[in-house]
Amino acid sequence: MITKRIIPCLDVKNGRVVKGVNFAGLSDVSSPVELAKFYSDNGADELVFYDITASAEGRALFTDILCEVARTIFIPLTVGGGINTVDDFDRVLKCGADKVSVNSGAIRDPDLIYKAAKLYGDQCVVISADVKRVDGVFRVFAKGGRENTGMEAVEWIRRCVGNGAGEVVLNSIDTDGVKGGFDLEMLDAVCNAVNVPVIASGGAGGIDHFVTLFKTLPKVDAGLAASIFHFGEVAISDLKKTLYENGIPVRI
Amino acid sequence: MVAIVDYGVGNLFSLKSSFAAIGYDAVVTGDEKILSSADRIILPGVGAFGDAAEKLRNTGLDAVVKKQAASGKPIMGICLGMQLLLEKSYEYGEHEGLGLIKGEIRPISDVIPKDLKIPHIGWNALKLKGEKSPIFKYINDGDFVYFVHSFYGANCEECVIATAEYGAQLTAAVAKDNVFGCQFHPEKSGRAGLSILRAFCEAEV
Repeated sequence: MITKRIIPCLDVKNGRVVKGVNFAGLSDVSSPVELAKFYSDNGADELVFYDITASAEGRALFTDILCEVARTIFIPLTVGGGINTVDDFDRVLKCGADKVSVNSGAIRDPDLIYKAAKLYGDQCVVISADVKRVDGVFRVFAKGGRENTGMEAVEWIRRCVGNGAGEVVLNSIDTDGVKGGFDLEMLDAVCNAVNVPVIASGGAGGIDHFVTLFKTLPKVDAGLAASIFHFGEVAISDLKKTLYENGIPVRI
Repeated sequence: MVAIVDYGVGNLFSLKSSFAAIGYDAVVTGDEKILSSADRIILPGVGAFGDAAEKLRNTGLDAVVKKQAASGKPIMGICLGMQLLLEKSYEYGEHEGLGLIKGEIRPISDVIPKDLKIPHIGWNALKLKGEKSPIFKYINDGDFVYFVHSFYGANCEECVIATAEYGAQLTAAVAKDNVFGCQFHPEKSGRAGLSILRAFCEAEV
């Protein structure tokens, strides 16, 4: 049986992990390579690297670092941020990324997913959607959650999957940063609309939230989080042990 | 030296790095001389079977791989590379494989319940079959490895050395004498995966 995946997400800006971390034993807490190795050695099932760099120099640096990360860890690696063209796919895949996540790039160019999936396969293309309730309707937001596109989210995600996205990262802006748990209602709506893996993002504040997520919504394939892992509030090994004790299949 | 067959399919960066991580030299090459002088050969692959099989034929590397296999050299196919070892595939049409392993490639939708997602993607446990294969020397039944595939090896029971449960027992690895194949990605399967590559490098067959 396939296991539920636990995925730490690292935001990288100008070659460094933003928001640092505080783990004992790490000499350089904002080194993407050291952090990636730490997570890989401590039970992460996959890593997401998100490039929040704006400059071309920063982007080149990100690409170099990605190569080094891919040389160091041997678990699946997803890369997102600044993916607007098929050339961007090519750039990060050549560095050793396994999957590429698109967000605003797919909103700007509705053909991007289709073109990338044709070239690299559906399994390689991840649609990452930032979604927020506006007057009771799930709306897709662009530009890091700042701009309401007006598009209805479930329909948008269904269309992206139809175009070849092989996986969905659903980030609820409503629950993100609140640490009150994942957005079960939103996740349920998306899980019922598509038949590809759905990764829950936004709202994890503790181990219980992952247990509730997978128990309530067995269709959810993975839980993604950043700060609770980075700040050592939740150790992945403890999280997985608790999931296992609750009858949820995990890789231990 | 391990030679990774380069026939223009997929990205071989992680695979090459994983051999470096376990202390083996690996070269990515499409040169027959280098493939002949290598101690072991890896046949990688991602994408569609028909396309990959055609590229393998067009580069003439199909004959090279078959010749090396016949010479007794250890060869391992990975993911689509494993599928290419079989006789044929029914992925979008009918395509001929290398025929080094008896069996054929069919859609997993033929055998798994309708409500399961396709592709079979993520970490799944290996169920080892029969006498333990030399490539599994350092791993145990139940160890997890990383899969991404929508097609599987069918009618190859006599060569199956491991399966993974996903609504059905799907072929996870095959072997016949010096020829091995892994449907999963050892280069993406953490310690367990690297242990399988190490055992392959050490295997005396």
